[in-house]
Amino acid sequence: MRLSLLADLNAERTARRAAVLVTDVASGEQRLVREAEVGGDPLGQELQDSLRWGKSGLVEQDGRQFFLTVQMPPIRVVVIGAVHISQALAPMARGLDLDVTIIDPRTAFATPERFPDVPVLAEWPDAVLPEIGVDRYTAVVALTHDPKIDDPALKAALQSECFYIGALGSRKTHDRRVQRLTGAGFTEVDLTRIHAPIGLDIGAVSPAEIAVSILAEIVATLRKERRRSA
Amino acid sequence: MHSTDADILKTAEAWSREGRSVAIATVVETWGSAPRPAGSHLVVDEDTNILGSVSGGCVEGAVITEAMDVIADGKPRMIEFGVADETAWQVGLSCGGRIRVYVERLD
Repeated sequence: MRLSLLADLNAERTARRAAVLVTDVASGEQRLVREAEVGGDPLGQELQDSLRWGKSGLVEQDGRQFFLTVQMPPIRVVVIGAVHISQALAPMARGLDLDVTIIDPRTAFATPERFPDVPVLAEWPDAVLPEIGVDRYTAVVALTHDPKIDDPALKAALQSECFYIGALGSRKTHDRRVQRLTGAGFTEVDLTRIHAPIGLDIGAVSPAEIAVSILAEIVATLRKERRRSA
Repeated sequence: MHSTDADILKTAEAWSREGRSVAIATVVETWGSAPRPAGSHLVVDEDTNILGSVSGGCVEGAVITEAMDVIADGKPRMIEFGVADETAWQVGLSCGGRIRVYVERLD
């Protein structure tokens, strides 16, 4: 492989864009196909499929074998609220190869001492979310329980392509949230994107158990296509 | 914490920029209960420093040996490991799976 080609592939990853490295396994010939270029490639359909599943593999065309190295951007979990559950969630998420970012405007909570291993932004969600960019490889989790902080984050998430939105709170809390967001112009279909009460129903009690249920729900959403019951 | 395959490719680029000779091994096909999926990488330099894995340890030794030849002559190779293979007795996959690994030099 040419070093320049590998550098291009790595650059796509840094920019959080999907890309496929195509290798003709007989000749060793290689090319990089960026997400935006897939349609114009001779292997267009195969590349589309490989990106949909996020899976590397061999494909055949006109008797030639090509290996597709599929590179998807790392999955990111943006957590609103530097709270107890987030403290339990951050190290677990790392174990799952999820990139966590914590956002909380309350500077007493949003400290590096409470979150030694992940970026903590002591900012309002609506100010910082457009900056970090919420894309379709991002999950947004609202945990502050405070509409003043959670609602702006949920609005930004609903306007984005993010693959998962979750919000902490009881059904009652969520009903009131739905009323507020409906008042802000979101439709019923929009609001069904919010997982609330957040997390898989595993009867979680402690912050760590709630973190497990949230992460399990994120993984379940991410791997929807593979689920037997889906 | 294990490295993701993309971290491994970033390291391959960094090693190469430091002037080290580097080979990249990639799992391209698996049958049965192979331990690592297609797309998994192992990166090797000329001093046999390694990062990543193509089989969880079963055939790494043989892949590294092959990688040394690839670094030497620059020709990519396809190698296969599995129970049906003669080499299985030496470096086989104990799980009973089979894998094909593509090894290429980074130039």
